[in-house]
Amino acid sequence: MMRLPLFEFRAPRTLEEAARILDGEKTNAMPLAGGTDLLPNMKRRQQVPRTLMSLRHIQSLSHVELGHSGARLGACLTLADIAGDPRFRNGLTALAQAASVVATPQIRNMATLGGNICLDTRCNYYDQSYEWRKSINFCLKKDGTTCWVAPGSSKCMAVSSTDTAPALMALGARVRLVSRSGEREMPLSELYNNDGIDYIKRRPDEILAEVVLDSLQGWKSTYWKLRRRGSFDFPVLSVAAAARFSKNGVVEDARIAVGSAACRPLVAAEAAEYLQGRPLNQETIAEAATVAARIAKPLDNTDFDMTWRKRVTAEFVTYALRELRGDDMRPVNLLLTRHQ
Amino acid sequence: MPEEKDSTKSTDSHSKANGHEFRVIGVPRRRVDARAKVTGQTRFADDIFLPRMAHCKLLRSPHPHARIRKIDASRALACPGVYLVLTGKDLPIQYGILPVSQDEQALCVDHVRHVGDPVAAVIAREELTAFEALDLIDVEYEVLKTISNPEEALATPEPRIHEYGEEGNIHKLVALEFGNVEEGFAEADEIFEDSFFYQGNTHLPIEQHAAVAIKDPDGKLTIWSSTQTPHYLHRALAKVLEMPAAHIRVIATPNGGGFGGKSDPFNHEIVVAKAALVLDRPVKICLTREEVFYCHRGRHPVLMKFKTGVKKDGTITGMHLQTLIDGGAYGSYGVASTFYCGALQTTTYHIPRYRYEGCRTFTNKPPCGPKRGHGTPQPRFGQEVQLDKIAEKLKMDPADLRLGIVESSNAMTANFFRLGTVNLAECIRRVVQLSGWKEKFRKLPEGRGVGLACSAYLTGAGLPIYWNNMPHSGVQLKFDRSGGVTIFCGATEIGQGSDDVLAGIVAEVLGIDTFDVRLFTGDTDLGPVDLGSYSSRVTLMAGNAALQAAERGKALLAEAVAEKLAVPRERLRFADRRVFDSTAPEKSVTFQEAICLAEARFGTIGTVGSYTPPKSPALYKGGGVGPSPTYSYSAAVVEVEVNATTGWIAVPKIWIAHDIGRALNPPLARGQVEGSVYMGLGEALMEEQEFRRLPKRLSHALVHKFPSILEYKSPTSLDMPDVITELIEEPDPRGPFGAKEVGQGPLLPIMPAVANAVYDAVGVRIDEVPITPEKIMKALAEKKAGREPRFGPSHFPHVNWPEPLRVPPPWEGGDGNAVNDVARRAKPRPEKEKVLAS
Repeated sequence: MMRLPLFEFRAPRTLEEAARILDGEKTNAMPLAGGTDLLPNMKRRQQVPRTLMSLRHIQSLSHVELGHSGARLGACLTLADIAGDPRFRNGLTALAQAASVVATPQIRNMATLGGNICLDTRCNYYDQSYEWRKSINFCLKKDGTTCWVAPGSSKCMAVSSTDTAPALMALGARVRLVSRSGEREMPLSELYNNDGIDYIKRRPDEILAEVVLDSLQGWKSTYWKLRRRGSFDFPVLSVAAAARFSKNGVVEDARIAVGSAACRPLVAAEAAEYLQGRPLNQETIAEAATVAARIAKPLDNTDFDMTWRKRVTAEFVTYALRELRGDDMRPVNLLLTRHQ
Repeated sequence: MPEEKDSTKSTDSHSKANGHEFRVIGVPRRRVDARAKVTGQTRFADDIFLPRMAHCKLLRSPHPHARIRKIDASRALACPGVYLVLTGKDLPIQYGILPVSQDEQALCVDHVRHVGDPVAAVIAREELTAFEALDLIDVEYEVLKTISNPEEALATPEPRIHEYGEEGNIHKLVALEFGNVEEGFAEADEIFEDSFFYQGNTHLPIEQHAAVAIKDPDGKLTIWSSTQTPHYLHRALAKVLEMPAAHIRVIATPNGGGFGGKSDPFNHEIVVAKAALVLDRPVKICLTREEVFYCHRGRHPVLMKFKTGVKKDGTITGMHLQTLIDGGAYGSYGVASTFYCGALQTTTYHIPRYRYEGCRTFTNKPPCGPKRGHGTPQPRFGQEVQLDKIAEKLKMDPADLRLGIVESSNAMTANFFRLGTVNLAECIRRVVQLSGWKEKFRKLPEGRGVGLACSAYLTGAGLPIYWNNMPHSGVQLKFDRSGGVTIFCGATEIGQGSDDVLAGIVAEVLGIDTFDVRLFTGDTDLGPVDLGSYSSRVTLMAGNAALQAAERGKALLAEAVAEKLAVPRERLRFADRRVFDSTAPEKSVTFQEAICLAEARFGTIGTVGSYTPPKSPALYKGGGVGPSPTYSYSAAVVEVEVNATTGWIAVPKIWIAHDIGRALNPPLARGQVEGSVYMGLGEALMEEQEFRRLPKRLSHALVHKFPSILEYKSPTSLDMPDVITELIEEPDPRGPFGAKEVGQGPLLPIMPAVANAVYDAVGVRIDEVPITPEKIMKALAEKKAGREPRFGPSHFPHVNWPEPLRVPPPWEGGDGNAVNDVARRAKPRPEKEKVLAS
C-alpha cells in the first residue's frame, strides 16, 4: 500500500488564524480541505508539504448565501452539498451539474468547492507514483527537466481538470482570496495562468475563502463533461454555457467556457459574443460551436486520443447550446454519461 | 422482468431435475461465506497482523532492460528501523509456474527485464521506513536495448531477453495441422482472410496481492498469501528456499478476486518467506496497485490472421489461424497460452481441417499469462467476427449460420478433444428468442444495432501443470459425533464460490444443511492437494472428489443405520438432517445419531474422495493443452447504440445463455455469468494494458501508460447494462450432479458480439479491441471516403514457422499422434503427456 509521508497537522478554527499559519509557514504548508486530491498526490510524492493545515474547522468557510442580488458560497462546501441542494438550480444549474459529476459519491462527500477550483493540473506523466516518475527520469512539473507531452516545450502542459471552474466561469463567478496581509477579489476567469506548473494566481499564503456570484435571474446554464465512464473519471473535455434570453428567444447575453483542453479553463469569448443578439438556431449554434472549439488545444496527456478530443469539442458546445435553447437532451446525455 | 425466466426457481425450497429431488443442489441459497464477506469479517492476507511483524517493500527496476552491475545497500541498512536488505544473490534459484519456463528469480541477480522487475527487498519495522530506505539502495545499471513489441522482438534477436526459447527473442513457436487445410480450401465456395488485433489487459482484482510469512515456533515455515494456487506456490517455495516441502505450509487466504492474476508463484511471496526465516519474525508485504500492474500475468496482446473456407450453406471446410503473441518479460504460463490461442476453435463449430501456427515473443514489459479465458478470448474474437462477415457475404442470418455448424455432444474434434454435452444450439436459440433478434438484426434504425457471438470453454484442464499421474483434486471428510461434517480440501476460494460448491455437494449427499458443514480449504497442511483455482476446474474436479467422499461416508452411515432400524440399506434416505426409511419415514434416526452408530460400528469416521480427469486421446506434442472432461458453451446477443458524429458507443442491453449442465447454486452461477459479461465488456470497450515509449533520442524508457485503478479504465456500475442471463441446464454426467463450468466461458462471446453489433449499427468493422469512439470515427471516415469501412490491422509480420506436426483428424483415420513426429511416436504414453515439460 502507498503510505503518506509524515507531516505536521494544524487545524485552525478561524480564517484569521489560518491566514496567520500560512503566513508563518510560507511554501512549507498546504491547506487541506477535502483531501481527496492532495492526499493521494502526497502518497505519490507529487507534493510533500511539511505542514497540512485543515480548513474543515473554520465554520465561516461552509456558509451559503443565496439571494436576489447574488450568491456567496464558502469554499469548504462539499460537492455533495452543492449537487444535492435544490437551491442550486435555474441560473446555477451548471454549477450543480458540474459538482454532481465530479469523481464518485464518496469523493463528493469529502471534496470541496474550493478544493476543486484549486485542483492541481493533471498529466499522464505527472499523476504517477514516485517510482514510475523515476523510471522516466521525472518531468518538468516535478523533479525533472523535460515536458514529456511536448519535449520541445519550455512550459509544462499539464491539464486543468476542474469541473466546477468552467461552470463557475460561465456563471461569471469571482473568488475572494484571504491572507494575513489582507484580501482581494478577482474574476475566476483571471485566477488561472496558462502554465501547468504555475497554474493558479493564489499565493501560498492565501486562502481561497469564497466564491461570489452576481444575480443570475433570467439566466439558464448547463455543464457537459466528457469522460470515459459514468463515474470516477476526471473530465478530459468540458463545456459550460450560460445565457440570458429575450422573450422572443434572442440571446441577450452569453458566456461559454471550455475546460480540460489546456492548462487552464478557457473562456470562449468570441463564440459568446457572436451569439449576442441572435436566436439559437441550427445555424448560429453550429457557428458558435465551430468558433468555440477553435480555442481547445488538447494534448496527448489525458485519457482518449487528443485528435478525437479536439474533434468532439464542437459537438459538446452544440449539446450545451441546444440544451439552453430548450431541446430535450436527455437521450444524448444518457448515452454519454450513463446517468438517468 | 417477464423474460427473466428462471427454470431453477421453484416455489418451495426444493429443486427437481430428472425426476430426482434435491434439497440443496439447484436451490438458490446464501453462499457459505456470504455473511463474513458482507459484514467485513473475511480475513484477507492484508488483514493479518502478528506480533513483532515487519514490513517488506521491493526496490524495482526503473529500466525496461538492463544489466545490474552493482548493488550497494549499506546506506539503507544503516537506516534506523531497517532490519534486513535482500538482493538477488540471497535467492538465486530460478522458478516459474511451468516446468519449461523456470525463468524467474525472486530478486533479479544480474538482468532486469521490465520496469518494475524487483532487484532488492527492504524489511523494516514500519512500512514507511522500508519505502524510504528503497531510495538509499544504490544500484548501478548498464542499460540494454529495449524491445517493446513482438515485431521488434522478431527483428531484434540480440540482446536476448532470455537465454532460452526458440531463438533470439522468440519464446515459443507452435505449428500443428489436423488434416490438409489446403484441400479444405480447395473444397470451399468462398475463402475469407481477416486480420484482428486483441489488445492486452489486466485482471484488476480489487484486492492487491499480499502475503505474510512466519517461522513457526517449531522452526517450520508458514505463509499466508492471496494466491489461487497454493499447491504450485508450495512447490516453488520448496525449490527456491531449498527446504523440504513438508516443512512449508501455504495457506491461501480468501482472494479478493483473482481472475488468473494470482496463479503464478510470485517474487514477493518468496521474498517474505526468506525474510521471515532469516529474521525469525513475521514479515508482511502488501503490493501497491502499481505493483499489481507489474505482476500482471494478464491477457496477451495477440495479432491474428484467420483464413477460413466455407461452403455456400456456411459449412466450414478448413481453417488456418496464425497468431503473434506479446509475452512480456517472462514465460509465466505463456507456453500454455500459445497453445490455448489455437486450441478451442474446433470445439464450437465443426471444422474438418485445421491448421494453427503460434509465435510468442519476449518483450520488455510485465509478463503476460492467464486471464479469465486464458488464451482463448483473442482467437474467439477473431473467429466470431469473421463468422459475422461470412454470414453477411453468404446472405445468411449469423444465428442460422451458426446453428447449421455447431458441434454435437460427445463429438471428437479435429484436434482430438472429446466433447461432453454440447448445448450451444439451445444457447443460440434462447438468446435469439429473448433478444428479439429476428426483429432487430439489420432492422434497427441507423446508430443502433445487435450482434451475436458464441464460445466454448474448458471445465478444467485435463492435465496438471507438472507431470504426475496423481489425482487433480482430493477431499477428506471428517464426520463428528456432534453431527457436524468437516471438509478438508486444497481448493482455493477466490470469490468464485468454491467453498460453497463443496459444502453444497456434501450437504446434498448427506441430507444436511450447508450450515452444518465446516470447511478447511486452501491450506497445504490441512487438506489434500487440489491443483488450484484456475482453468474452471474446481466445481467439476474438487466437486467430484467431494461427491465421492460424501458418498463413501453416506455408505458407512447407511450400513450402521440399516442395522439399527432393521431396514434394507437401499430404502434409506438422507434428508432434513435425518436418515429414514423411505417407505416409512417415521422409522428414522437423526443425522447425528447416524454418525454415532457408524462410529460405534466402524471406529472414527473419515472418508476421502479424489478426482482424476479421463485420459485424453490427443497424444501429439501440444495435445496436453485443451483437453477437458467437458466444455461449457455460451451465446450472447449485445445491443449497442453508436453516435455517428462522435463515435461514442453505449451498450444498453445484453442477453446471454450459458450451457452450464446444472447450476449448483443458481444465484452464484448467475453472478459468475454477470461478472464475466462485466469483464468482457471492459475488454470490449476500454481496458488496455498500454505502454509508452518516450522519444528515443531522449530516453530508453518503456513504461506502463498508467498503472492506476483510476486511469486503467474498467467499467463502473453505471457503465454496466441490463444483463438477461439464461442458464441452460442439461446435466452432463461428467460433472458433479451434472455441473459444468461457469466462471470463464460467458466472458468469451461478449467482445465479438459488441464488434458485430457496432457493424449492425453503423456499418463499420472494428477488427480489434478495445472498440473505442476514436476507432469508430476513423472507420466511419474510411466509409465516407469510399474505402473499406474498417479499423484494424492490415499486416502480419513474417515468422519462420516450423514444419507443422501433421495429425490426421479422427475421420481420416488418425490415432491422435502426429505422423511426422517419429521420435515422439516411439515414446510410452506417460511421456507423451509430459507436454509442458517437453
